[in-house]
Amino acid sequence: MTMKRLINLKRAEARKIYLTYAVVIVAYVVCQIMSSTKFFSSSMRGMLVPICAYMVMAVSLNLVVGILGELSLGHAGFMSVGAFAGVTSAILMQGVITNAPVRLALAMIIAAVFAAVAGFLIGIPVLRLKGDYLAIVTLAFGEIIKSILNNFYLGVDSQGLHFSMLSDTTRLLKGGRLIIRGPMGISGIQKISTFPAGFILLMIALMIVFNLVNSRSGRAFMAIRDDRIAAESIGLDITKYKMMAFVMSAAIAGAAGALFAMNYSTVVANKFDFNTSILILVFVVLGGQGNMLGSIIAAAVLTILPEKLREFSEYRMLLYAIVLIVMMLATNNAEIRSFLASLNPFRRKEEA
Amino acid sequence: MKKILTCAVLILAMSASAFGAAFKLGGTAPLTGGAAIYGMSARNGAQIAVDEINAMGGDIQFELRYEDDTHDAEKAVNAYNALKDWGMQISLSSVTSKPAEATAAENFSDRIFALTPSASSAAVTEGKDNVFQMCFVDPNQGTASAQYIASKGLAKKVAVIWKNDDVYSKGVRDTFVEKAPEVGLEIVSETTFADGNDTDFSVQLTEAKEKGAELVFLPMYYQPASLILAQAQAMGYAPKWFGIDGMDGILTMEGFDKSLAEGVMLLTPFNADAKDEKTAKFVAEYQKRHGEVPNQFAADGYDCVYAFCQALTLAKATPDMDAETLCAKMVEQFTTMTFNGVTGENVKWSANGEVSKDPKGMVIQNGAYVGLD
Amino acid sequence: MIFLNYFISGISLGSIYAIIALGYTMVYGIAKMLNFAHGDVIMVGGYVCFYAVSRYGLNPFLGVAIAMLVCTLLGIIVERLAYKPLRQAPSLAVLITAIGMSYFLQNTALLLWSSNPKVFPSVIGRGAFKLFDGKLSVSHVTVLTIATCLVIMVILSLFISKTRLGKAMRACSEDKGAAQLMGINVNATISMTFAIGSGLAAIAGALLCSAYPTLMPTTGSLPGIKAFTAAVFGGIGSVPGAFLGGLMLGVIEIFAKAYISSQLSDAVVFAVLIVVLLVKPAGLLGRAIQEKV
Repeated sequence: MTMKRLINLKRAEARKIYLTYAVVIVAYVVCQIMSSTKFFSSSMRGMLVPICAYMVMAVSLNLVVGILGELSLGHAGFMSVGAFAGVTSAILMQGVITNAPVRLALAMIIAAVFAAVAGFLIGIPVLRLKGDYLAIVTLAFGEIIKSILNNFYLGVDSQGLHFSMLSDTTRLLKGGRLIIRGPMGISGIQKISTFPAGFILLMIALMIVFNLVNSRSGRAFMAIRDDRIAAESIGLDITKYKMMAFVMSAAIAGAAGALFAMNYSTVVANKFDFNTSILILVFVVLGGQGNMLGSIIAAAVLTILPEKLREFSEYRMLLYAIVLIVMMLATNNAEIRSFLASLNPFRRKEEA
Repeated sequence: MKKILTCAVLILAMSASAFGAAFKLGGTAPLTGGAAIYGMSARNGAQIAVDEINAMGGDIQFELRYEDDTHDAEKAVNAYNALKDWGMQISLSSVTSKPAEATAAENFSDRIFALTPSASSAAVTEGKDNVFQMCFVDPNQGTASAQYIASKGLAKKVAVIWKNDDVYSKGVRDTFVEKAPEVGLEIVSETTFADGNDTDFSVQLTEAKEKGAELVFLPMYYQPASLILAQAQAMGYAPKWFGIDGMDGILTMEGFDKSLAEGVMLLTPFNADAKDEKTAKFVAEYQKRHGEVPNQFAADGYDCVYAFCQALTLAKATPDMDAETLCAKMVEQFTTMTFNGVTGENVKWSANGEVSKDPKGMVIQNGAYVGLD
Repeated sequence: MIFLNYFISGISLGSIYAIIALGYTMVYGIAKMLNFAHGDVIMVGGYVCFYAVSRYGLNPFLGVAIAMLVCTLLGIIVERLAYKPLRQAPSLAVLITAIGMSYFLQNTALLLWSSNPKVFPSVIGRGAFKLFDGKLSVSHVTVLTIATCLVIMVILSLFISKTRLGKAMRACSEDKGAAQLMGINVNATISMTFAIGSGLAAIAGALLCSAYPTLMPTTGSLPGIKAFTAAVFGGIGSVPGAFLGGLMLGVIEIFAKAYISSQLSDAVVFAVLIVVLLVKPAGLLGRAIQEKV
């Protein structure tokens, strides 16, 4: 590989990154302007925050699937840890911090920390496995998290926090509040998530991931993905790097979970089940593994699509399934692929 | 093909009524996915009521629209927003509890009046002056069941099997378990199931049997209940069974062996076999359209529309009023009026949106409901 | 005695997982693809059988045969339309397409057969063998399911090791490129695998619904995931592994419910799976993958 080609590659990479930022910022500005006018429907306005949350989830999972090359089928589990930790901390901070954006930011940070801890604990056994076996273990952890949260009770009163498992034995004092109520989840959440907050979270997630990818660790990730044995033979500490990516991804997912949960008045553990994990995986695969911009766009398209299909009433989800299959077939078709590639404005320069 | 045709006819009918002045009535319901059965029923019931009212040609005309929420809070808010874009003036909230909790918060902040047919969790109406329920609230069902069992002396030792990832089941179970010791019932066994392990109930039933439960309380929907009854019979366990309103519908499952449900007791607001004119007319129409006997979800949906019709008439509301004006009028009517429907007579609402009507104790005899009192 | 009763319940549940897992494992073993739509093909099999028996009053076994025919055809069509064009695509793309297919089948079922649960007429009635003066009972369905599992296992094993097509399948599973060079039609072989797997799904559907007789459009999806777990547990790709994994998963689930907590039984099942995979990374009977350097 000549030096010149290396530099070009780097340039192409850099262009891709700037393009991603640019698209996100322009999309944000356009949406902001639109939503101040009458043209934006309530339906679209209502979807802005969840779309941001799903985009962040897609970026987070793409770090594991696209960059690290490991399949995770339980990513919604981290989202739920973040959602529950974030909402709980926001409720606890309600009296102390009255400024909603600050409270949201703190809640998201706490959510990220909790999810990172979960990611670390789960990473220890998971990262010893490979391929489909790793995938099924992540699925198993996703189900375990759901099952535990469905049996978890947490309340607060003047004596502090109380929690219990299986049934509510917190025995709160008068004036106490049972925050997490097992299968009933959390009710009466203050909806403090906003579109700008979602945008900022997405930008931060992108910055973290891009910086990670283009650092020494990032090259290590890709070396591991492309040839694990070769990477190991040159002395890369595979487990360390894998763990780093996994924990980072979990933390981002946790923050996204907090953002998502605080956009609704209620949250239950069942929301973050296998189907949600799969949905996020679909964003990543459709958008292209390792392609952040692609997965962000896929997240937006696939969240809006079922809403736009509402006029077909009963046939809506059927059409959604068909569109999903057709999109997968189309994006993996060699001819369509080369056609799409020809639309890429940066292609020629890359080849030069 | 028949379905597509009926759909086309429905769409035509809907667009036809759009020309006249009609109140835009919207609701969200699971129309796809595992909970579709409840959403479909409620929607079908509401549609029948709307068609009947429109056919009478009175001052009150409705245009009904249901959007799919797949039994998910996020999708329910999306569906609610789609209805808002359509111009919804009054809302049928959501059919299931968690989605209704999410949309009720939107109803409250948007000042759109909501009456949910069947979302029975207490959190749906809590702290919202403009969200009302047509069905019993879960905690009341638990308390009422415990009292009923104790006062009729049905059993002393009771087992409870409930669904551990379900708001409805959990809500009823909580108050039942709380009330039971007060009325002298002993809960000897309490076991659960959840999505994904809701097929085999041998452990739950064996435990109830071993602990000597004379009555098993089943706060759940009828589909798992039907499995429990079949498996209990297979293992030769025959306690008394006691269900709640979700049990209604068990007799109309296609292919269900009705002898399994012999002697099952349930508290339900609706009885499809009731002889009164209103119920008979509704059941006949439902059967004509959908080939099935309506369950309580359908009945609740049907009643909701008639309750709206009555309240709008009393308030002298007109379709050109905006949602907020209608909301204030509806709150006023619903807290003062008395309603008679297929799910209850002399139905009243309290200011916090809870309904008060008498649950009917039913027992299944020879494959049909018979009043217990 | 209660312990034994629980054990038998576990075996009954496990035999259902096992028969579903057989289909999963076979398709995975040869096509190296996680066919998430397998559970929904099972559901379709259940409905076809239901309509044949309940509506048209056919003999239950004839009903199963018709269901097999329909499911095999369905498997071939699905494979031809959705999976075959993706032979060269990354495996994740196929996985997502399979999930899309799963949604497709569920929603089609919803439109065709409505969401009302239907009670399935048992293939062989609801009777049970009573042992020890009726203290223990083993239902006929359980015995039939295990017997069917064993028969299918033997036939599959013989088929794979003795017949030409079976050998071709094994060759494809080992090395697609080399198989192609040896003159094996890899495409046709993989399509054949799907056809057989879908036919098996129909039998699984009839047995699943005979044991737990309610039928809804979502009937197949959750048992499908459990069975997939069972297949991995036993070592995915291994036919006896699927059988063993299924039985063990059923027993663990019932014991977890009975002796630990009915609320946490799913968590326990998955925790056991994780432990097993950590000790034996390729499952109980799976072959350790040789890494090529």
